[in-house]
Amino acid sequence: MGNESFSARITSGDNSILPLKTDEDVVRLRKQVRDDLVALGFSLIEQTKMVTAASELARNTLRYGGGGEAHVSRRHDNDRTGVELRFIDNGPGIANLELAMTDGYTSGGGLGLGLSGAKRLADEFQIDTEPGKGTTVRIAKWKML
Amino acid sequence: MSNKSTQLAAVIAEFQDQLLEGWLAGLESRLHRDKSKTIDLRGQAAQFLPLLAETLQQTTSTNIEDAGWVDVRQLLAEISQARVRQGFTPIETANFVFALKEPIFEYLRKALVDNPLQASEEIATASTLFDNLGLYTIDVYQKAREQIILRQQQELLELSTPVVQLWQNVLALPLIGTLDSSRTQVVMESLLQKIVETGALIAIIDITGVPTVDTLVAQHLLKTIAAARLMGADCIISGIRPQIAQTIVHLGVNLEDVVTKATLADAFVVALQRAGSSIQLTAGR
Ligand SMILES: Nc1ncnc2c1ncn2[C@@H]1O[C@H](COP(=O)(O)OP(=O)(O)OP(=O)(O)O)[C@@H](O)[C@H]1O
Ligand SMILES: [Mg+2]
Repeated sequence: MGNESFSARITSGDNSILPLKTDEDVVRLRKQVRDDLVALGFSLIEQTKMVTAASELARNTLRYGGGGEAHVSRRHDNDRTGVELRFIDNGPGIANLELAMTDGYTSGGGLGLGLSGAKRLADEFQIDTEPGKGTTVRIAKWKML
Repeated sequence: MSNKSTQLAAVIAEFQDQLLEGWLAGLESRLHRDKSKTIDLRGQAAQFLPLLAETLQQTTSTNIEDAGWVDVRQLLAEISQARVRQGFTPIETANFVFALKEPIFEYLRKALVDNPLQASEEIATASTLFDNLGLYTIDVYQKAREQIILRQQQELLELSTPVVQLWQNVLALPLIGTLDSSRTQVVMESLLQKIVETGALIAIIDITGVPTVDTLVAQHLLKTIAAARLMGADCIISGIRPQIAQTIVHLGVNLEDVVTKATLADAFVVALQRAGSSIQLTAGR
């Protein structure tokens, strides 16, 4: 998954890849997600929810996954349009996913609400993780056309 | 060494008016028109020339670091510092001195027309002198610029921690911009510091200008509120917009123990009540 090679945003069509190595990268990602949602006409409330979820997952990638990247893509259906985000790291993975998803559980002195909160804020939430290999979290937000 | 600069001093003293005109012509041709208009070139040049002549007559040294040159350095420093504020480049600043070279050389040559050897020696000495004076103006310019940048940086840092006293016992911290990173730490600490200094009873933290409130921001807020409470001050969070309120609820952040208000104005009213003051609107005006 050599994510070391991404130092700048890479765009192809409706997809873009942003590195998540620093705090500034998190700020940049939030901006990008916000811009995409605005462009697709999402309401202020939906924008805020998705941007906040993105912020949570991006910071987890940075903090626990040792950095990685975010893939931002637009999705289209027959009668709806949406934004999908994937947060990918090659970090230690999550051994006990159920525990990690529990409100208030934190291994790093946080509030322990990032993962579970992101799930509540997004329309779709999926997490793939393998101890020693890494973690990928995918979320999406939809809007009826 | 001493008699080398004597001729230079004599030439400057004798041909001051002509030198001034020649110098000004050179200066104006080197400077951008609208820039030369903004400053009092003539005044500065007319001040510099007699001072230079006087210095050359009184000191045997052409080393501008020496004590005898202090007045010349002082004047050049003032001019250079002003040039920074006036938006001049370092080269334009140094040209003030460099433009004097040509007319001076011309009059040195004329004065020593019977002694070409001395003329070339005098010119070489004068050249080095003016080079050093020009470099000195660049040096001052550079330092003045650094000073300005430093001050601006400090102003920015202070700007980002604008704890204001709204009323007796009431402080307000209007937060603006992205809140993660070390900035939050600085801002929150400055609030706690101000609580200690003023003995305030109420602190209003206004988050109207914060675009995203995630768990990290929430945790910083909660920690600050807890610390303030230990110091005897209660916090009110204001400026929670509807979309932020909904998001906080979905995140599961518990703000039940925290007094929250929609606007800074609402929070101010509550703060006044708690601090034992009140404001009445008087009718009739
Ligand atoms: N990408 C990841 N790689 C490894 N472990 C992770 C990753 N993301 C989350 N975790 C684990 O899951 C736990 C819970 O994550 P969550 O985001 O809910 O809380 P937190 O980050 O600890 O605190 P908060 O997000 O509230 O500031 C983390 O403490 C960490 O142990
Ligand atoms: Mg988290």
